[in-house]
Amino acid sequence: MRVKIALAEKGVAYESHEEDLFGGKSDLLLKSNPIYEKVPVLLDNGKPIVESNNIVYYIDDKYSPNPLLPSCAYARSRARFWADFIDKKVFEAGMGIWRSKGDELEVAKNDFIGILKKLEGAMGDKDYFGGDNFGYVDVIATAMTSWFHAYEVFGGFKVEQLCPKFGCWMKRCLKRESVLVSFQILKRSISVLSCLERCMALNRTGSVDSIALYTF
Amino acid sequence: MAEIKLLGVSLSPFTHRVEWALKTKGVEYELIVEDTKNKSPLLLESNPIHKKIPVLIHNGKPICESMVIIEYIDETFEGPSILPKDPYERAIARFWAKFLDDKCLPTMGKALLGEGEEQEKAKEECVELLKILDNELKHKKFFGGDQIGFADIAANALAFWMGIIEEASGVIWVTSEKFPNYCAWRENYNNCSQVKEYLPSRDELFTHFQSRFHSAAAPK
Repeated sequence: MRVKIALAEKGVAYESHEEDLFGGKSDLLLKSNPIYEKVPVLLDNGKPIVESNNIVYYIDDKYSPNPLLPSCAYARSRARFWADFIDKKVFEAGMGIWRSKGDELEVAKNDFIGILKKLEGAMGDKDYFGGDNFGYVDVIATAMTSWFHAYEVFGGFKVEQLCPKFGCWMKRCLKRESVLVSFQILKRSISVLSCLERCMALNRTGSVDSIALYTF
Repeated sequence: MAEIKLLGVSLSPFTHRVEWALKTKGVEYELIVEDTKNKSPLLLESNPIHKKIPVLIHNGKPICESMVIIEYIDETFEGPSILPKDPYERAIARFWAKFLDDKCLPTMGKALLGEGEEQEKAKEECVELLKILDNELKHKKFFGGDQIGFADIAANALAFWMGIIEEASGVIWVTSEKFPNYCAWRENYNNCSQVKEYLPSRDELFTHFQSRFHSAAAPK
């Protein structure tokens, strides 16, 4: 989803090839990403770029209209820092909610909310992580919010009540066409909540990674 | 007062990465050595999220996370380029840097310094990762090609620190018979002129890890 949002923001035309991650992976995918064998993969004139964060960076590097990263080196370093933080912390914390029960669930929920509070701090009093404009960190973060409804159901909480600033940012991002279209496409193909409920019922925690790749 | 301060620890590979980048660019800086068991107010204020070294402070503004710092140094200061100019080549360099830093290094760390089942599992994973690296290095001297690059610096701990830890442990399993290209890369990295003069003391590191293994082995 991150890649689609970035390509839309840049106005770059592309051909989308949907992989069946629950069936067999295509030869093209396995050849393009032999190390991880995962989506997304961007093929630019046949050359593969892998890992969603890296692809978004590449798109911004290569296509100059509507820059996603700021021009100032210091601001760029802050953007990279927060993108890395989001990648390493948000999904794991959310999965902690899904996997936990009883007292552990409360701890996991507080952990998750704590991370969102740190992200609120990163945004400050601006509309986006990118400041006044939707930027690189917003692209990285917004895709992950497709899982938040599932966390809210499992954890019995609402993000917009516990982290109102983050909730407002989520709504603001959803008003952007690039984000709205990507979320709509996702909803038509997968319900994250249903998948997680099914995985839990079948005790198949390993399947979660496949779903994650489909949505990020 | 120095315009550029680096909060770090001399024997840390993460601090070394940043020092290498600064020295490569010919940038003057002040190294402020931190006691990681008793972190300074400056460190806690500069990196409130992770509370870790290294932190580069440039004109009072902190930059955290070693590979983020290196990109900042590359963009800010004149001198030899650390990342390639071409967007595709940069994407490849960033991919390998992340793979080496986020995947290979922690796994090798557990394989060498872990215990019991966790160590055995890490060793098996490490063998698979080293096969990948060995294959990638089949036709090139460094991850960056003919010259040291961004990904090679991300792998500095694999090249220098891990070899010393193996020796100190007394068990060598990363051999040139099993991983010829990877071991050749390691040798080239540790001996190349852009890196060699900046490496920390091998003896000091060896003594540090040897005493760590002796304490671990001592009867409790």
